[in-house]
Amino acid sequence: MAAKTAAKLLVGLAASAWAFGPAVAQTKPETLKLGITTFLSGSASVFGVPAKAAAEIWIEEFNAAGGLKGVKLAPTFIDEGLGGDKFLSEYRRVAQEAGEKVMLSSISSGNCNTVAPVAEDLKVLNIMWDCGTEKVLEDRRYKYVVRTQANAVTEMVATVVFLLRNKPEFNSIAVINQDYAWGRDSWEIFRNTLLALKPNTKIVAELFPKFGATDYSTEVTRLQALKPDVILSTSWGGDLDTFVRQASQRGLTKTSQFVLPLAESSLERLGAAIPDGVFVGARGDHYFLHPETKNNPKHKAFVEKFRAKTNAYPIYPVYHMVAALEGLVAGYEAAMKKNGGNWPTTDQLAEAMHGIEFSGLTRPVKMRDDGQGLEDQLLGITKKVPEYPFPVLDKMMLIPADLVTTPVGEKSPTWVKTIKSDILQSPKIKTYEYGK
Amino acid sequence: MSFDIILLALVDGVSYAGLLFLVALGLTLIFGVMGILNVAHGALYAFGGYLASTLVQWAMASGQAPTVVVVAALLLAAIIVGAVVGSILEIGLLQHVQHKDPILQLLITFGAFLILEDVQHLIWGSSPYTASEVVNRFGTVELFGITYTAYQLLVIPLVALLIYALLQYALRYTRIGKQIIAVTHNSEVATALGIHAKRIRLVTFVVGAMFGALGGSLAAPTTSLVPGVGTDMIVLSFSVVATAGLGQITGALIAALMIGLARALAVYTYPEFEVVVPYLIMVIVLLVRPHGLFTTAQARRI
Repeated sequence: MAAKTAAKLLVGLAASAWAFGPAVAQTKPETLKLGITTFLSGSASVFGVPAKAAAEIWIEEFNAAGGLKGVKLAPTFIDEGLGGDKFLSEYRRVAQEAGEKVMLSSISSGNCNTVAPVAEDLKVLNIMWDCGTEKVLEDRRYKYVVRTQANAVTEMVATVVFLLRNKPEFNSIAVINQDYAWGRDSWEIFRNTLLALKPNTKIVAELFPKFGATDYSTEVTRLQALKPDVILSTSWGGDLDTFVRQASQRGLTKTSQFVLPLAESSLERLGAAIPDGVFVGARGDHYFLHPETKNNPKHKAFVEKFRAKTNAYPIYPVYHMVAALEGLVAGYEAAMKKNGGNWPTTDQLAEAMHGIEFSGLTRPVKMRDDGQGLEDQLLGITKKVPEYPFPVLDKMMLIPADLVTTPVGEKSPTWVKTIKSDILQSPKIKTYEYGK
Repeated sequence: MSFDIILLALVDGVSYAGLLFLVALGLTLIFGVMGILNVAHGALYAFGGYLASTLVQWAMASGQAPTVVVVAALLLAAIIVGAVVGSILEIGLLQHVQHKDPILQLLITFGAFLILEDVQHLIWGSSPYTASEVVNRFGTVELFGITYTAYQLLVIPLVALLIYALLQYALRYTRIGKQIIAVTHNSEVATALGIHAKRIRLVTFVVGAMFGALGGSLAAPTTSLVPGVGTDMIVLSFSVVATAGLGQITGALIAALMIGLARALAVYTYPEFEVVVPYLIMVIVLLVRPHGLFTTAQARRI
């Protein structure tokens, strides 16, 4: 008897779920949980810790102003430094919690590769907020995985453009990158782009010291003996600091042109140790002295709040974090508009994330159909000025992302080999002097 | 491989070997006397480095400090870390497990290492630290058309040699040195002869800890201290100690030189092998001589 009633009940429940399920508007949740993965330990915490501070500042302010149509954001931070399985199980734990949630993951390209298929399986929106690998979105089409910032191709091709615009005449180049996926992959893209635009360049050394190496003396000696015209390093954090310091102490920066696409994040730390005339990039158009947005009240206020909280100027991962959060809000707003002002389902949100345009603290980012954000690139040349105790960027160049990003549907390794030198003359590239 | 390359590699290798030797020396000294492989040694290296850069920054903040003060800050950092952290480890932990299974002792020092890494994170956070001002003070030296910093070329190797000579002298000709050797031979007999073995162990541990911290504080001017810096150093210095034979002081000096030179040569010829070279040497040596290159049949270990 009881079994029969239970069975009836079940059938009834199933029927009502079928009948009302699709028609009922998604009820607005009380809070929107954000699972944010970032490095809180290990050497990459030079990026992760400032980014976490940025998220806290931004979310606190956003919630105080009423949240997302009254829905408050509730972040949970996951340490990417846990690595491997431990990281993934933490990610799964947060992504599978009850209630409305969105994941922001991650800094490490390895972690992006890991979580993307998981998010797709779980049908949870995952915003890749800082990782560089272009392969994630090129190798597979994702419905629930998007990236609110540029990828390695955009960054490296823009660096080559900047180098060739500012130093067209050189014969030899050497590279010294960290020995892990980013160091190897970024060089692959850079080399192929450079050889497509300047086929006669001689590559005199390819050095890949250990990730986290504490001494580059031998590498500096070898580079001094080889005397390459240009030295590229896509290293970051303590590795980059040590290399630049040892190289400039021994005069290597005087004999070779240094190209450091991630050094914006090291400028304040390196201070006077980084000489004038070094080509520096910022993995996007991120700079607290961005020529177009430095006086923008929103940007200015954020820089001040960030300095008050952390005692440092914001660096690119900070901007990436804000961009991801602004992108998410823009996505929700677009999805709600489409849904007649009602709270959207995850599917509607994920769909809306493809195609929106939003602004973080710098130039707007446009999201493409494949979920890749088109983020313009800023590079500049270091210069000491009396206003700051560390070098600023002079002769800045803003390179539009669509010029230097693999088109949708194409594969980067083949595309970069087809780049023509007319992109160097594109009128869309703008240049700015410091202070103007 | 031309003669030039060998010369350049020699110069690079010596500087690197100097730092490696100092850290390995502390490790091997502690092992010789106490029979403990102190994994927490890596944390002492990191603490020495971090404290050195903090002290140098303080010295610099109060105007243009003379070079003597800046160098004194490096030494002071090593002494403070060795004395404070070393004593806490020895008195607080190791004294209590002196007669326990060596595996347990190893695990306890490993636990201490993990705790100390977190303490270091609490104190200094995640931003890279350095004391690069020191290097600028010593200027540069031109050699075979290559510019070297005098600090790396001269100061580090000289300090390493000086420490080596002082330690050898102290062990042979001073009262406390002879007591250390007696305890190394046989702790019980030494105690019976009236040597305060417990105190000798504490002294040895603190001195060994100071060497580890000195390695860190001398590295601070040339490198960036980041979380995890101690882990790399403990692994590398362990390979030096194992290659030389546990407890071998002169052996550690030679093994550190071997590894430093081989590493530099690798960067010149096959850069891909740079990382694996120290371990390759260790494996080859241990295959041929399982107790290390310089272990002899005698009972005394230092």
